[in-house]
Amino acid sequence: MNLDFTEEQDMLRTAAKDFLTTECDKTMVRQLEEDEKGYSPELWKKMADLGWMGLIFPEKYGGTEMDFMSLIILCEEMGRNILPGPFFSTVVLCGNAILDSGTDVQKDEYLTKIASGDIIMSWVQTEPTNTWGAGGIEVKAVADKDDFVINGTKLFVADAHVADWMIVVTRTKGGAKPEDGVTLFLVDAKSPGITAIPQPTVGMDKLCEVNFKDVKVPKGNIIGKLDKGWEVVEKTLLKASTCKCIESVGAMQATVDMTNAYIKDRVQYGRPLAAFQVLQFDMANALIKTTTLRELTYRAAWEAGEGLPEAATDVAMAKSWMNDTFYWVVERGVQLHGAIGTTRDHDMGLYYRRSKCAECQFGDSDFLKEKIAKDIGL
Amino acid sequence: MDFKWTPEQEAMKKDFDDFFEEAMKGKPAAWVGGLEDMFSEEGFPFTKMVCSKLADKGWLVGHYPKEYGGSGWSILEQLIRAEAAGYHHAPTGDIFGIGMCGPTLIVVGTEEQKKEHLPPICRGERYWCQGWSEPNAGSDLAALTTRAVRDGDDYIINGQKTWNSGAHIADWAFMLARTDPETKRSRGISYFLVDMKSPGITVVPLISMDGSHLYNETYYDDVRVPARNMVGEENQGWAVTRMTMNFERSGVGGFAGNMADIKELVQFCKETKWNGKTLAENPLIRSRLAQLAIETEAGRALAYRIAWLQETGGMEAIATTAWMASSGKVYGSELSQRVAAIAEQIFGLYGQLIKGSKWAPFSGKYIAAHQMSMGGNIAAGTSEIQRNMIAWTGLGLPRTI
Ligand SMILES: Cc1cc2nc3c(=O)[nH]c(=O)nc-3n(C[C@H](O)[C@H](O)[C@H](O)COP(=O)(O)OP(=O)(O)OC[C@H]3O[C@@H](n4cnc5c(N)ncnc54)[C@H](O)[C@@H]3O)c2cc1C
Repeated sequence: MNLDFTEEQDMLRTAAKDFLTTECDKTMVRQLEEDEKGYSPELWKKMADLGWMGLIFPEKYGGTEMDFMSLIILCEEMGRNILPGPFFSTVVLCGNAILDSGTDVQKDEYLTKIASGDIIMSWVQTEPTNTWGAGGIEVKAVADKDDFVINGTKLFVADAHVADWMIVVTRTKGGAKPEDGVTLFLVDAKSPGITAIPQPTVGMDKLCEVNFKDVKVPKGNIIGKLDKGWEVVEKTLLKASTCKCIESVGAMQATVDMTNAYIKDRVQYGRPLAAFQVLQFDMANALIKTTTLRELTYRAAWEAGEGLPEAATDVAMAKSWMNDTFYWVVERGVQLHGAIGTTRDHDMGLYYRRSKCAECQFGDSDFLKEKIAKDIGL
Repeated sequence: MDFKWTPEQEAMKKDFDDFFEEAMKGKPAAWVGGLEDMFSEEGFPFTKMVCSKLADKGWLVGHYPKEYGGSGWSILEQLIRAEAAGYHHAPTGDIFGIGMCGPTLIVVGTEEQKKEHLPPICRGERYWCQGWSEPNAGSDLAALTTRAVRDGDDYIINGQKTWNSGAHIADWAFMLARTDPETKRSRGISYFLVDMKSPGITVVPLISMDGSHLYNETYYDDVRVPARNMVGEENQGWAVTRMTMNFERSGVGGFAGNMADIKELVQFCKETKWNGKTLAENPLIRSRLAQLAIETEAGRALAYRIAWLQETGGMEAIATTAWMASSGKVYGSELSQRVAAIAEQIFGLYGQLIKGSKWAPFSGKYIAAHQMSMGGNIAAGTSEIQRNMIAWTGLGLPRTI
């Protein structure tokens, strides 16, 4: 056993923290919330130059070949600072999917361009059917000679409005089990027939409604196998879920630190707020929740990175625990700040609003607990 | 014991219900009925319109004495009216004047003050704001430092107030300032009525996390206030403040609002099918909504008890039921937060969408309500401060501050 990060990983964390605090301060976060694109092309370029996009890709595709836990570190720091934009869609979701399940040709084509910062990608899965489960995939792709033709509406799709390429999860066959008959396609976002309209969300995170009208995709653009795409989705979401959890841990720790500093500083009734034990208890509980989530997430992420079978349950547990704790911690953080914590100019609200969006990603607690119940033998 | 309303009260209830049903048809999108809605650019004209219709019927401020423009309602009649308004998420209008400043004046105001201020409150013509909190005096209100210095027939006020809800639309403020800087804390504070148009007042907006404009900072720069606008004696403002605080805390409207929300969510669950099943068939959702209904009814029952004790016990009961009112406040605001959170949870992925998305359930009303509820747990005495009060006055536990 070795529960330490390597020296190289520690350096990555420090570098990421320093870079993000200087290059993406909260003024910029607020600007990007209002910004139509939702990201800064200059910052995107700088991140690519630092090697963040290709962090876990092989060197031959322009990557630095670090392991999955390094991506976890990066995501933790992005969550702590809040980094708006399509990194998660491009690298965590689409990058991992192509890395794990793409052909050599696809890797060469797309990973190289992701690593260089030249393309933005969007993971196009969820639909008005309102679930991350396979049963929710109804958008159809129908074979037509050497192509497939996609029709239907996707919803809650992050960053589709700025994507160059998309990975679209489609239904190619009906069957007894919803997991069968799902196929993933690499789709050029400029293809005729695609429209993406960002919807306002509480976290202002550019989730789009994406409409496909007779969109043609060549057969060669399938990722994984025809009708067997759900395996790719599962594998990808496993990793993406741990990244979302650790991003949330970063955010939770940031609010704990902020609130801790505030209650030590703010004086009411002639003493710092921190002298009131009820507030200390809230802080202690916040720390317990943040720490347990961090440790469970590290383990689940390591398992997912190593491709171990126990990852499936542990990741679901981590994500479900995140859903319960992120909101709790930021809610307390706002409460302990008093009225100032409810204002737009205060950073607490930025984190608070993101907790709802994080909860919605990759399965809510009911969905996950049902899976966990099965996994523990019920 | 008899929990039934009399036939007259039943009839009154129906009249209110019919009125609000009709009046609320024109409400702006994603309307929750909180202060954020009422004092917004879009919401304020709607608020004024509904309130002036209520005033025409004598229903806006029914519980004030008739001689000052009220309808002389009992507390129970007031309860019926508050419950109907709450159920329909109707704008309560000038809550600071109607619910806080007005009742205080009725008890301790001069005849001149009552005559000047109560009738316009009853007509829905004059809006008030509360100028109490300061940057360094929040929970610890008695730490306030805004100064009022006597100068002939006037006082001259200097200082900064903050979190003043609706100060940007208010005509008048009831505010607190220190008249004796030598004495500490609650001694040496006086209670003033200030015309917001007075020279030297500057109102600066404070924007809430969801982008709404509820609060303001109010700067007082040599603001002259006639001495006759002081409520109670000089340096005795704290006793008046305590009284106003108690008027501030009831809660039946909130519980009625929860009832309406639960009813709306039940209907939604019956009509909405995801993954091949209606939401109403999902045992987890059933359990959560049932739990909300339980908690709402428990809160309503408490609110009825408080109203009953105040109805039968008079002014004295306002003080003796203070711990119950505190309980209703903390229980109610925390429950409202859970209602919103559970609604979002029921909506699944749709729960994160806000006003402006055509896909947002109920135009994003619940997520807006959720953000407002964060303020609800802080406004008018935070949940922690309420629990302190309950411990001290309800249980007789030793005071810790
Ligand atoms: C929606 C809203 C509307 C408002 N409208 C008005 C208005 O119109 N006019 C006006 O004057 N003010 C208004 N306020 C201000 C309100 O009265 C204060 O926010 C409130 O009294 C708390 O003060 P604070 O925000 O400074 O927080 P603080 O007093 O700094 O409290 C911060 C945290 O410390 C906790 N804390 C403080 N003291 C103790 C203690 N002794 N024991 C345990 N915990 C403690 C609090 O509970 C809170 O969690 C409004 C506030 C809100 C949120």
